[in-house]
Amino acid sequence: MSLWADKYRPGSLGRLDYHREQAAQLRNLVQCGDFPHLLVYGPSGAGKKTRIMCLLRELYGAGVEKLRIEHQSITAPSKKKIEISTIASNYHLEVNPSDAGNNDRVVIQELLKTVAQSQQLETSTQRDFKVVLLTEVDKLTKDAQHALRRTMEKYMATCRLILCCNSMSKIIGPIQSRCLAVRVPAPSIEDICHVLSSVCKKEGLTLPQELAQRLAEKSGRNLRKALLMCESCRVQQYPFTADQDIPEMDWEVYLRETANAIVGQQTPQRLLEVRGRLYELLTHCIPPEIIMKGLLTELLNNCDGQLKGEVAQMAAFYEHRLQLGSKAIYHLEAFVAKFMAIYKKFMEEGLDDMMF
Amino acid sequence: MQAFLKGPSSISTKPPAAKEKGAAGAAGSSGEGKKLKPIPWVEKYRPKNVDEVAFQDEVVAVLKKSLEGADLPNLLFYGPPGTGKTSTILAAARELYGPELFRQRVLELNASDERGIQVIREKVKSFAQLTASGSRSDGKVCPPFKIVILDEADSMTSAAQAALRRTMEKESKTTRFCLICNYISRIIEPLTSRCSKFRFKPLSDKIQQQRLLEVSEKEHVKISSEAVSYLVKVSEGDLRKAITFLQSATRLMGGKEITEKIVTEIAGVIPKETTDELLSVCQSGSFEKLETLAKNLINEGYAVAQLVNQLHDTVVESEDYSDKQKSVIVEKLAEVDKCLADGADEFLQLMSLCALVMQQLTQNI
Ligand SMILES: Nc1ncnc2c1ncn2[C@@H]1O[C@H](COP(=O)(O)OP(=O)(O)OP(=O)(O)O)[C@@H](O)[C@H]1O
Ligand SMILES: Nc1ncnc2c1ncn2[C@@H]1O[C@H](COP(=O)(O)OP(=O)(O)OP(=O)(O)O)[C@@H](O)[C@H]1O
Ligand SMILES: [Mg+2]
Ligand SMILES: [Mg+2]
Repeated sequence: MSLWADKYRPGSLGRLDYHREQAAQLRNLVQCGDFPHLLVYGPSGAGKKTRIMCLLRELYGAGVEKLRIEHQSITAPSKKKIEISTIASNYHLEVNPSDAGNNDRVVIQELLKTVAQSQQLETSTQRDFKVVLLTEVDKLTKDAQHALRRTMEKYMATCRLILCCNSMSKIIGPIQSRCLAVRVPAPSIEDICHVLSSVCKKEGLTLPQELAQRLAEKSGRNLRKALLMCESCRVQQYPFTADQDIPEMDWEVYLRETANAIVGQQTPQRLLEVRGRLYELLTHCIPPEIIMKGLLTELLNNCDGQLKGEVAQMAAFYEHRLQLGSKAIYHLEAFVAKFMAIYKKFMEEGLDDMMF
Repeated sequence: MQAFLKGPSSISTKPPAAKEKGAAGAAGSSGEGKKLKPIPWVEKYRPKNVDEVAFQDEVVAVLKKSLEGADLPNLLFYGPPGTGKTSTILAAARELYGPELFRQRVLELNASDERGIQVIREKVKSFAQLTASGSRSDGKVCPPFKIVILDEADSMTSAAQAALRRTMEKESKTTRFCLICNYISRIIEPLTSRCSKFRFKPLSDKIQQQRLLEVSEKEHVKISSEAVSYLVKVSEGDLRKAITFLQSATRLMGGKEITEKIVTEIAGVIPKETTDELLSVCQSGSFEKLETLAKNLINEGYAVAQLVNQLHDTVVESEDYSDKQKSVIVEKLAEVDKCLADGADEFLQLMSLCALVMQQLTQNI
C-alpha cells in the first residue's frame, strides 16, 4: 500500500491538476527536440518532480516509467572511490549529486561525461538525446556548479539536462545563463482543496469542504504535506468531521515548545535546556535552516512590533553564519542567546515604563 | 554515405575515426542518419569564425592579426556570462588550424576537467612538448605554436594557478595560453601580468536586438519589435540568455506570437505590482502583513536575488525616499545579495531586508 501522495501522482502533462497553462506550454516546448536545458525551481511540495516526470513521459513515452535503481561506483582522479545511487530508465538518468557531499564535483565530472559521451542506447527512440535529471542542485558546492558549465554546452546535442531546485538564488549566474528557468509556484489554497477532494473521491471517501480548507491552509501551500495530513486524518477518524483535529508532525510540535521555552524564561539555565532541544532536532535530521525559520515564526508571534524587525534581522544574520560555518548548533544557540538578551531587556524596559 | 553529409557537428571529444564508424553504423542500420540533430539555438548560432563575434571589436582585431600571420600573445578573457569568451577563442583556433589540426593543436581544459597541480604540470607539459609545424595538410600556413585554453579559470585553486605560471614561462616557445574567467580578481596577479587582458563587455542593446532579429528571421519567429526590446532588456547584456529566451518563448507559445507576459515569466521577473505592494506594506508599518506577503512571495517561487535586483532599480530611481533612506536600503541590498551568494536562506534574507526597509520608511520621515 503506497501513500496517497505517491499513489495519485499524475502521470502525464494532460493530467496535471493545476498550472494547466504551464503544462500546455511545456508540451509545446518539447514538441521540437531542440529545447534548451531546463532549470525547474519552486518551493517544496509544489509539484516540480511530478511535472518533470510528466515531461519525460511526453518526450519518450511510457518507457521512462520502467525504472531501475543502480549503485554506481565512481573513481575520482585521486583514486578515491565514491558510491552514489542513481535512478535510470533507458532514456534518462536521475541523480542527486549532493548525496556525495563534498565529492559532488567528481560525480558531475565523471558520471555526466560518461553518460553524455556514450551513444544513445537504442536506435528505436524518437529522440537523439538522453536526459540527465539532477535534483537538489541548490545544494551543490560552487565547485560542482562550475564543473557543470562547459559540460552543459559541449554535450548539448546528445544530452539535455534538467536541473531541479528550491532556491534559485543559490545557483551561480553562468548556470542560470545556460538554462530555461521554469518556475513552479506552490498550488493555491483552492488548487490544494481541489486535489484533496478528488483524491478522497478516488478513495471512495467524502471530504467536508471546511476540512479541506483547513488542511490546505495548515499545509502552507505544500501539496505533499496536505496529502500526508489528509491521509493521517483518515487514519485517525472516519467519517471526517469539519472540525476534527489535524495531526501535526512530532518535530513541529517539539519546535513550537522550544520556542515557548525561550519566551517563557531568559536564563543561562533555560538556554542550556534549549540547547539540548536544538541538538535533539538536529540529530533527527531536521535541517538547521528549517529550525531557524520555525523558531523565527513562533518567536515573532510573541514579540511587539518594534522588536519584530530586529529579531527577523538577527535570525537572518545567524542563519547566514550557519551556512558558512561548520557546526550548526553554535549559530542556533547564538541566535537564542541573543534573542533572550534583547527580549529580556525589552520586557524590563517595558516594565519600567509602566512603573513610572 | 549520407552520414558524411551531416556536416561538421559541434566539438566532439571523440577521435575522428571512432566517430565516423559510429555515424556510418547508425546510418546503415536505421537510415535516419541524414536527419540533423536538433540542437538548441544558442549552439546553432554560436559564432563559427571571429568575424561573427559581435561587439568585442578589440579582441577580434588582435585575433585577426594573428590569423594573418602575426604572433599571438598569451590571452586572458574576462567578463560576465554569455558575452562570447568561449566562442571567440574556439572560433579563432578553428580558423587558425582548420578542422583537422584543431584536435592536435588545441587543448581545452575547463572546470569539468581535473585541473589540480599535477594535471597542470604533466598534461599541459606533455601537450606543450609535442612539436608543432607551420603548415596544414590543406597547404595553408598555420602558426607554429599550440594553444592551451583554460576555460573557467576562476575556479582553479591558487596553487594550481601558481603551478601554471611556471609552465607558461617554460613552454612559451611552443605554446600560447588563453585563460577565460568571469572574475579577473580570482586570477592571481603573476598570471594576469603574463597575459594580454581583454574585457568582454555585456552586449549593447542595439547589437543584441540585431542578433535576435537575425535569428528570428531564420527561424520564422513571430515577434513584435517591442517584444524584442523587452527581451533584450531582461537579458541584461547576456546574449546567450537572450537567445535562449527567444527560443523558449517561441516554443512555449507553440507558434503563436511572443507576448511580453511569456517573456516576463521565463525571465523570472517579479511583476511590478508585487514589488510595489511589498514597498507599500513596508511603508504601512504592519509587520503581520509583511510576513504574509513574504511567505507568499517565496511560495510563488520567486528568487529573492531577483527581487534584490529589481528593488535596487526601483529604490535608486524613486523620488519618494530621501538620500539617507536610499543609501541605507541600498547597503542592505548589497548585504543580502552577498548572503544569498553564500547560500543563506531566501525567506530569512527576505524578512531581514523587509524589516530594514520598514524601519527606514516608517521612522525618520
Ligand atoms: N499537478 C498535480 N496534480 C495533483 N497532484 C500533484 C500535482 N503535482 C504534484 N502533485 C502531488 O504533490 C506531491 C508533491 O509533488 P512533488 O514531489 O512533485 O513536489 P516537489 O516540488 O518535487 O517537492 P520537493 O521540492 O519537496 O521535492 C506529490 O505527492 C504529488 O502526488
Ligand atoms: N559576442 C558574441 N557574438 C556572437 N554570439 C555570442 C556572443 N556572445 C555570446 N553569444 C552567444 O551566446 C552563446 C554563449 O557564448 P559563450 O559560450 O561564448 O559565452 P561565454 O562568454 O563563454 O560565457 P560563460 O562565461 O558563461 O562561459 C554563444 O553560443 C552565442 O550564441
Ligand atoms: Mg522533488
Ligand atoms: Mg564560456
